[in-house]
Amino acid sequence: MSELLQFVFSGITVGAVYALVALGFTIIFNASGVVNFAQGEFVMLGGMITVFAHAAGLPLPLAALIAIVVTAAVGVALNRLAIEPARGAPVVSLIIITIGASIFIRGASQLIFDKQIHSFPAFSGDDPIHVLGATILMQSLWVIGGALAVFAGLWLFFTKTLLGRAVLATSNNRMAAQLVGINTKFVMTLSFALSAAIGAFGGVLVTPITLTAYDVGLALALKGFAAAMLGGMGNPKGALVGGLLLGLLEALTAGYLSSQYKDAAAFVIILAVLFFMPQGLFGRKSTDRV
Amino acid sequence: MSLLEIQALGISFGGVRAVHDVNFSVEPGEIVSIIGPNGAGKTTLFNMISGVYRPETGRVVLSGETVTGMEPFRLAKRGMSRTFQNLQIFQNMTVLENAITGFHLQERGPVLADLFNLPGSRRRARLAEAGARALLARVGLERAADRDAGSLSYGSLKRLEIARALAMQPKVLLLDEPAAGCNAVETDEIDHLIAEVAASGVAILLVEHDMKMVMRISNHIVVLDHGEKIAEGAPAEVSRNPEVIAAYLGTEAENADG
Repeated sequence: MSELLQFVFSGITVGAVYALVALGFTIIFNASGVVNFAQGEFVMLGGMITVFAHAAGLPLPLAALIAIVVTAAVGVALNRLAIEPARGAPVVSLIIITIGASIFIRGASQLIFDKQIHSFPAFSGDDPIHVLGATILMQSLWVIGGALAVFAGLWLFFTKTLLGRAVLATSNNRMAAQLVGINTKFVMTLSFALSAAIGAFGGVLVTPITLTAYDVGLALALKGFAAAMLGGMGNPKGALVGGLLLGLLEALTAGYLSSQYKDAAAFVIILAVLFFMPQGLFGRKSTDRV
Repeated sequence: MSLLEIQALGISFGGVRAVHDVNFSVEPGEIVSIIGPNGAGKTTLFNMISGVYRPETGRVVLSGETVTGMEPFRLAKRGMSRTFQNLQIFQNMTVLENAITGFHLQERGPVLADLFNLPGSRRRARLAEAGARALLARVGLERAADRDAGSLSYGSLKRLEIARALAMQPKVLLLDEPAAGCNAVETDEIDHLIAEVAASGVAILLVEHDMKMVMRISNHIVVLDHGEKIAEGAPAEVSRNPEVIAAYLGTEAENADG
């Protein structure tokens, strides 16, 4: 029992990180139909910038804030310099551009920072909490809480605010959105800034547990992508549930089978789900009239 | 000064002159139709006026302000609204939601007010919905309000697009083939709707293939052929113009006259 609980705790912690990456995917996908594979690099930047700002003597909260703001700026730059000039290109080309951008950001980070593995102190100390024979780190609670808060914020944004609905309208039909007076360029800028900020926030939360380095982004992007697909691309609820499910699957496979199979088991289950539900668990069928 | 002035507008694609040196103007409450054979450049002209294409030469002046090549969302704020021949509908939304998007600019308020569901935000949403329902009734779609837009017929979607454009309370409304794909009854309804909108002071710029409709409702007709304006004037004048008949109208002109 305590063993199962332990696996669940670690699964939910990892799952919350995947959920944060998946939520980042959701926003850019909602605005543009593009799956941004540089999303993992945003998580890396969030962690790395915090590490170096903190090492330079800034207090941790300020360092984290700077990391989030700088990463948001990187997101905006990615849109302005790489995505927007290619507007009108097929979505597949745009996705390939984001893969290129992710390689570029990784390379640049290697030069600007270094190739070492880094971390910074956990927010509320390193003492674990004991629950029914299992333990959970305080930092894990920060990660889980952070993912839930971002999810709630996004859900409110997309369902309650006119701006959020303007983002959805832009993704549905950019020209129609322009016709009713929506500044679709601003919507895109906002989406990239928001996605990058959420990614960086995830990086800040998770670094004390998983540590960070210039090359942690790729694996996170793949897992976040898988989580988003599992939940249904474009749906914040899907991103959250998909992320948590994927984390749990991995932790349980690692615990009861072998940690070598954890990636395989997770991806097999994702394939199975997508085979029967191609839109993901919460995806919405879409049709286009030609 | 006219409400909308088109001055020497031109564009070419890959060296081919699609539209060349077109001039005309539109007054408030006037219905101006652009006609011409297929490929004459009507839709290209529309796309330049409404900011979808940036013209290479000439100017578009709206209420005395140069708006050449301005993006559609900026034109929307300045009172220009349009519909598309091949429809620009939010397929994922219901009919009512589509109409509500037309109130986007009027519904805008502080994001935080939306987030906390403040009375101001709720009131704006209610006004938008009431307005949207009234407009759907006006175009005869009130009973389809809660259906998915994707499930509507082509003719109904045309009317939905007009309703959404009207929601923006435009000064100038550009309609690209509003009657295409509609049956005789629907065409008649659209016909009345356009006349009614024009009577309320909105300038209407129309591209339409239904010659009977064009001859009946237009105050003024601009004829394009090979991207150039070959004639302009009242329907009766234009339909007697030998150059127009040669280029395009042929025997249909007599039918329309009678």
